[in-house]
Amino acid sequence: MQIFPCPFCGPREEHEFLFAAEAGKVRPEPAAKVSDEEWAAYLYHNDAPKGIAREIWYHQTCGTYFLMTRDTVTRDVKDSRFLSEAST
Amino acid sequence: MTTRYSSLALLREGFRGHRGWRPAWAKATPQPAYDAVIIGGGGHGLATAYYLAKNHGIRRVAVLEKGWIGGGNTGRNTTAVRSNYFYPESVALYDLALRLYEGLSRELNFNVMLSQRGMLIAAHTPAQMEICARIANAMMLNGVDGELMGPKEAIARLPLLNQTADARYLCLGGIWQGRAGIARHDAVAWGYARAASALGVDIIENCAVTDLRIENGSVKGVATSLGEIRTERLAVAAAGATPGLVAGAGVHLPIHTYALQAFVSEPVKPCLDTVLLYLGTGTYVSQSDKGELVFGGGLDRVPTHGQKGNLPAQEKVVAGLLEMFPAFAQLKLLRQWAGVVDVVPDSSPVIGPAPGVEGLYLNCGWGTGGFKAIPAGGWLLAHLLATGQHHEISRPFDLDRFIKGRLIDEAAGAGISH
Ligand SMILES: Cc1cc2nc3c(=O)[nH]c(=O)nc-3n(C[C@H](O)[C@H](O)[C@H](O)COP(=O)(O)OP(=O)(O)OC[C@H]3O[C@@H](n4cnc5c(N)ncnc54)[C@H](O)[C@@H]3O)c2cc1C
Ligand SMILES: [Zn+2]
Repeated sequence: MQIFPCPFCGPREEHEFLFAAEAGKVRPEPAAKVSDEEWAAYLYHNDAPKGIAREIWYHQTCGTYFLMTRDTVTRDVKDSRFLSEAST
Repeated sequence: MTTRYSSLALLREGFRGHRGWRPAWAKATPQPAYDAVIIGGGGHGLATAYYLAKNHGIRRVAVLEKGWIGGGNTGRNTTAVRSNYFYPESVALYDLALRLYEGLSRELNFNVMLSQRGMLIAAHTPAQMEICARIANAMMLNGVDGELMGPKEAIARLPLLNQTADARYLCLGGIWQGRAGIARHDAVAWGYARAASALGVDIIENCAVTDLRIENGSVKGVATSLGEIRTERLAVAAAGATPGLVAGAGVHLPIHTYALQAFVSEPVKPCLDTVLLYLGTGTYVSQSDKGELVFGGGLDRVPTHGQKGNLPAQEKVVAGLLEMFPAFAQLKLLRQWAGVVDVVPDSSPVIGPAPGVEGLYLNCGWGTGGFKAIPAGGWLLAHLLATGQHHEISRPFDLDRFIKGRLIDEAAGAGISH
C-alpha cells in the first residue's frame, strides 16, 4: 500500500485517492472560437511522462483537489501542495 | 533455415537425440536501411512484420525490440481471446483477430495452443442480466456467436462456484461466447517471429529506439542503441512506450499508462474448463493447460511506467476470486506480476497514420485487452504500411475519432476492461 500526502489531511492510504489529470492544461477560450482540434487536444492529449510527473489528484475523503509531483517509475512522491499554491 | 515442424520431424529428431533442431528465428543485426521498420517486438509488431512479408511481399523489414521479443505485455498477459464486444466497429476488429487465431497454428506452423473453451461473463443481479442481454443481442446482430445463458447452464459449467445460501454473488447466468478461449502468449510472439524471419524479416533484439529521424515532415529513419537505421516507412507498436517515442515528432496521444497485474496459482487437477469473468467482483479466471489458475482483475489506479503492481489491486482481485470459489483459498500463489498498459479513454485502440508526419504509423492503446487482437492489429498495420491507406476495419480506430467525437466507447458499451 502506498501512502500519498494530502495537503489538507496529511499522509493517507492510496486507495482514498483518485488521479484526476496531468497538470498544466489550460482550457482554450472563448468557446465559440475554439476549433475541434484544440478542444480535442485539451480533452485528450496526455504526456504520460516516464519519470517526473506533475499531476492533479483528488482526495476523496476530504474532497480536496491538489497538485502532486511524483516519479512514475519509482513511485516516489516529490511534492504535494494545494492548487492555490501552484504556479500553473 | 527453419525446419518445418511436424510429427515426422519430431519422430526423426527423437531417433537422433534431438540434435537437429535449429533456432526458430535468426538473430539479426541491423542493416543500414529497410523498406519498413517496426518499433516494438510484441505481438502486434511481430504480426505486422509477418503480414507485411506475407500479404504484401515487403520483406526488407526490421522489427526493433529494446529487450527480448514478447517481453512486454504480450508475454505478461492472461491470454483470454474473444470477440464479445458491443459496437460493430469493435466486433469487426476483434472477430477478424479471432478468425485469424482459429487458423494461426497451421498458418505459422507453430502451435499457439488456442483452446476455444468458451467464456462466460457472469451476472448476479437482474440489472446485470439486462446488460448481458443487450450485449448478447448486439453480438448476434453483429454476426458473432454470442448468447444469453441462463443460471442452470452457467452453474453447470462452473462446478466449484459458490452457490450456498450465504454466497454474496449468486449466479443468474450471463453472456456466453463458445469460440472464446485462451492461447499461449509466448507462442504467439515466437510463432510470428519465426514465420516472419523465414520470409526474410530481421528480428533485432536488444535494440532500443532512442529517437525518430524526421526531415521536412517525413520519416527518414530512427536512432537506436545499435546505431542509425534509415527507412521511410516507420510503425510504432510499443504499447505504453509509444507516447514518449512520438512526442518529439509532435504527435500527441490520448494515452495514460497504468500497471495491470496478473496472478498464477500452483497447479491443480482440472477444475475449471471455461474462461470466467464475474461482473460482481471484476475478477476473471481460467485454468492453464499445466493446471495453474491464471487470474486478474482491474487496473492499479495510479498512473505508472513501473512494471510492478501494488497491494490494493491484489487484495481486490484475490478477494473476488475467493468470493466466487472459496475452495481456492487453499491454493498457494506461485507468481504475481504487472505490465504497463496503454489506456485510451474509450477503451479502444489507436490504429492509423500519425497526424502531420509522412510515413509514420501507429498501433497502440490496446490497454488491458490487446492480446486477443494481435493477428488483426498486425494485419491492419501491415495494410497501412504497405498501401498508405486504412483498411476499412481500421478506419474507425484512427486518431481523428477524438476530434470528430466518434469515440468507440467499449467501457460504456460492453463494460469491457479486458
Ligand atoms: C496482466 C495483464 C493481463 C492481460 N490480459 C489480457 C487478456 O487476457 N487478453 C487480452 O487480449 N489482452 C490482455 N492484456 C493486454 C495485452 O497484453 C496487450 O494489449 C498486448 O500484449 C499488447 O501487445 P503489443 O504488441 O502492443 O505490446 P507489447 O507486447 O508490450 O510490446 C511492445 C514492445 O515494445 C518494446 N519497446 C518499448 N519501447 C521501445 C523502444 N524505445 N525501442 C524498441 N522497443 C521498444 C517493448 O519492450 C515491448 O516488447 C493483458 C495485459 C496485462 C499486463
Ligand atoms: Zn485530504
